[in-house]
Amino acid sequence: MPHVVEMKKITKKFPNVIANDEVDFTLEQGEIHVLLGENGAGKTTLMNQLYGLYTPTSGEIYIHGKKVDIKDPNVAIGYGIGMVHQHFMLVEPFTVAENIILGSEPKKGIRLDIEKARADVREISNLYGLQVDPDAVIHDITVGMQQRVEILKALYRGAEILILDEPTAVLTPQEIEELGIIMHRLTDQGKSIILITHKLKEVMALSDRVTVIRRGKNVETLVNENTSVDQLAELMVGRKVNLEVDKMPREPGEVLLEVENLKCHNNRKVPVLKGCSFNVRAGEILAIAGVDGNGQTELVEVLTGLRKPESGSIRFAGNNIFKAHTKDIIEEGISHIPEDRQKRGLVMSHTLAENSILGSHKKEPFSKNGIMNYPKIHEYSRGLIAEFDVRTPSENVAASALSGGNQQKLIVARELMRDPMMLIASQPTRGVDVGAIEFIHKRLVEQRDHGKAVLLVSLELDEVMALADRIAVIYDGAIVGLVEGSKATERELGILMAGGSLNKTAEDKEGDHGKNN
Amino acid sequence: MEKTTESRWAQLWDNFKFPLLSIFLAFLIGSIFIILTGNNPFVAYYALISGSMFGMSRIGETLLKTTPLIFTGLSIAFAFRCGLFNIGAEGQFVIGTLFTVTAGYIFRDLPAPLLIPIILTAGALGGGLWAAIPGVLKAKLGVHEVIVTIMLNYTALFLTNFFIRTSLNPSTLQGDVQKAHSVILGENARLSNMSDLMPIFGSSSLHTGIFIAVAAAFVMWFLLYKTTMGYEIRSVGSNPFASEYGGISISKNIIKAMFISGMLSGLAGATLVSGLTFKIDQAPASAGYGFTGIAVALVGKNHPLGVLASALLFGILANGERKMQIAGIPKEVVGIIQGIIIIFIAGEAILQYFPDLKKKFRRKGPKTEVAEK
Repeated sequence: MPHVVEMKKITKKFPNVIANDEVDFTLEQGEIHVLLGENGAGKTTLMNQLYGLYTPTSGEIYIHGKKVDIKDPNVAIGYGIGMVHQHFMLVEPFTVAENIILGSEPKKGIRLDIEKARADVREISNLYGLQVDPDAVIHDITVGMQQRVEILKALYRGAEILILDEPTAVLTPQEIEELGIIMHRLTDQGKSIILITHKLKEVMALSDRVTVIRRGKNVETLVNENTSVDQLAELMVGRKVNLEVDKMPREPGEVLLEVENLKCHNNRKVPVLKGCSFNVRAGEILAIAGVDGNGQTELVEVLTGLRKPESGSIRFAGNNIFKAHTKDIIEEGISHIPEDRQKRGLVMSHTLAENSILGSHKKEPFSKNGIMNYPKIHEYSRGLIAEFDVRTPSENVAASALSGGNQQKLIVARELMRDPMMLIASQPTRGVDVGAIEFIHKRLVEQRDHGKAVLLVSLELDEVMALADRIAVIYDGAIVGLVEGSKATERELGILMAGGSLNKTAEDKEGDHGKNN
Repeated sequence: MEKTTESRWAQLWDNFKFPLLSIFLAFLIGSIFIILTGNNPFVAYYALISGSMFGMSRIGETLLKTTPLIFTGLSIAFAFRCGLFNIGAEGQFVIGTLFTVTAGYIFRDLPAPLLIPIILTAGALGGGLWAAIPGVLKAKLGVHEVIVTIMLNYTALFLTNFFIRTSLNPSTLQGDVQKAHSVILGENARLSNMSDLMPIFGSSSLHTGIFIAVAAAFVMWFLLYKTTMGYEIRSVGSNPFASEYGGISISKNIIKAMFISGMLSGLAGATLVSGLTFKIDQAPASAGYGFTGIAVALVGKNHPLGVLASALLFGILANGERKMQIAGIPKEVVGIIQGIIIIFIAGEAILQYFPDLKKKFRRKGPKTEVAEK
């Protein structure tokens, strides 16, 4: 039997970059095939060519043994290919049913047959066991639900081959588990699934086969049973990596940051922090865990002076920093690794030298009486680059010329070299390669060991559990639970992240069992 | 160090090769239009070059036309560096002339070494304050500077006309008959004529304002690239979010940048009045230095030294135009060449702002992908 999909020697060149270099990929009937690689390795580019968003520079694509030319997504849909993108493409004010039928609406004359649409959606959701409420409006349902809608949308268009691009990034551990069940149910019904990810644990849990891509070339295709997390990590990065974080127990010092009953609004003037309280002590890593969009971004912005809070109190080392200006907060000794390095962390058109003093540009020796001392700045920047192993030809290149991982290293370098009393690290390893993750984690632990306070805000539960001394779970703008890092379990955190409470854990467990049976 | 300077030259070349190419192509395409009018492009371009550069007095006239363009070009480039599009250089220029004449009249009894700095400062201050209005509105209320500056251009023009008719009119101040211009500045308020200092400039009206303009470019360069203020302004211009993160106040820098930008436009007006016209005429429309300044800044890549070069180019075009006309070539050809230069350079800018478009152009280029069956 021919392969469902066979991509032969696919090469895709962009100006200055070869994103895919003679990549081969095959998908078998009914399998879950993971496409594994670091950020920027070319996974999504390869799949975008299968889905018709890009055309390959050279190479051939076969579907069920027949050579095809996929010029645009409509052609791909015609061949039964469906793609669920990392960022959902749903119309927020529309209902679930309206979103699913969008683009291939059932009609009565020229009018939309909404009754048939709802019936169709019910039928298809029963068929695949993907329960959704056809009449719910998208912005009222959870992210996990929205993802289901995206999958249903693809199935409604007759997809036999599903491409899921980093589907777990936005889900709680429980939702990830559920997604796994859904995927297996789909493959049982004869669908074939391509899963794009860079998370090793998921690969082991979910896949039948894995194809590893590194720097645009395929490295190897492995069968799940014959591989391990360590082997995959090595293939992905190209060298041995230490995935464990070495961390000695340490007695924390006095409380440095005290946040009480903090409230603030988002840009649309909707309350997002609804009474958030916690504290961080010197010599500890406090991690804020939670599903994206529960107020983490706003919390960090308020703490660093980038957003004005409504009410509550923030004290740092005894000083009131509620509504303080960013400049003064930096002055207090708080460093900040922002979640979006390109938006907040760097001025992309500035050189590395100029970027390495952002925030301390008014301090000696970098400037005096308003005149910049560029020789000193360059010298300092060269020091940062050397010590933090930022890969760059020199400090004179623009920040935009660096890879994501190296940009992040530069920010980490800048923030740590300021020798802060406290570091606020917001998703410090988002979108950086495994090597850089290892490096950044080491530095965070080092800060803690030197008696600094570290506030880590992360969506990656693995990261939180590996680094934190204490874990505070944020849900709907408030801290809903505080767990010792060493005692935390993924399950426990997952319940808190979904808005549940640990007191009811026992009941929930029973309930869950009931459902699964 | 050797390596650094080398790469800096390479960087400089990188920045200027595109404008140079644009200029060359513009002349090439301009020659098509000249041929269409039944003329010889070589004759036309010879007239353009000779009319603006052959002989010191012609060079003097060219530099005279260059002077205000340096100021307005710098003005717009400076605002650009802070991410602001100052379309109001024209209005700030006009207010600059108004303040200069007013100060020149009020302090008319002071000796020249005192009076000239005072009136130039007044002109700069006038332009600066006029530009600070959109600056404050943008910083505090988020009103887009383009809209406010455009509207203020008209306000500036008609306000100045009003003062020329009333309180600044020779009829009001000197008991003269009603005139269509303001009072005339005394000798002690006038910048020296270059041909008085260096007779080689002959009959040209070039004044020492050109030195002030060139100095302004170097001051701006120093301000932008060597001071914390410049660092902050450039940071806000490139990435306001990162600047905010670095403790830099976006609103303060917007106001600062607009004020300084306005001062430069105001100086364009001040030096023009103090060096050439000595009065302001009532006018139905403004002179256009501010608008040409946009093109000057664009061609000069918003770099102070680039602006010097591009202002000179526009000065040459403006001065050579007359000689071309005498040679029988319609002066609109010069406008066409200016337009083409701008289109080419703006074209590159557009591709920079829309990288997707660039990709699309490349992708759509060769249409070789035909469905094979």
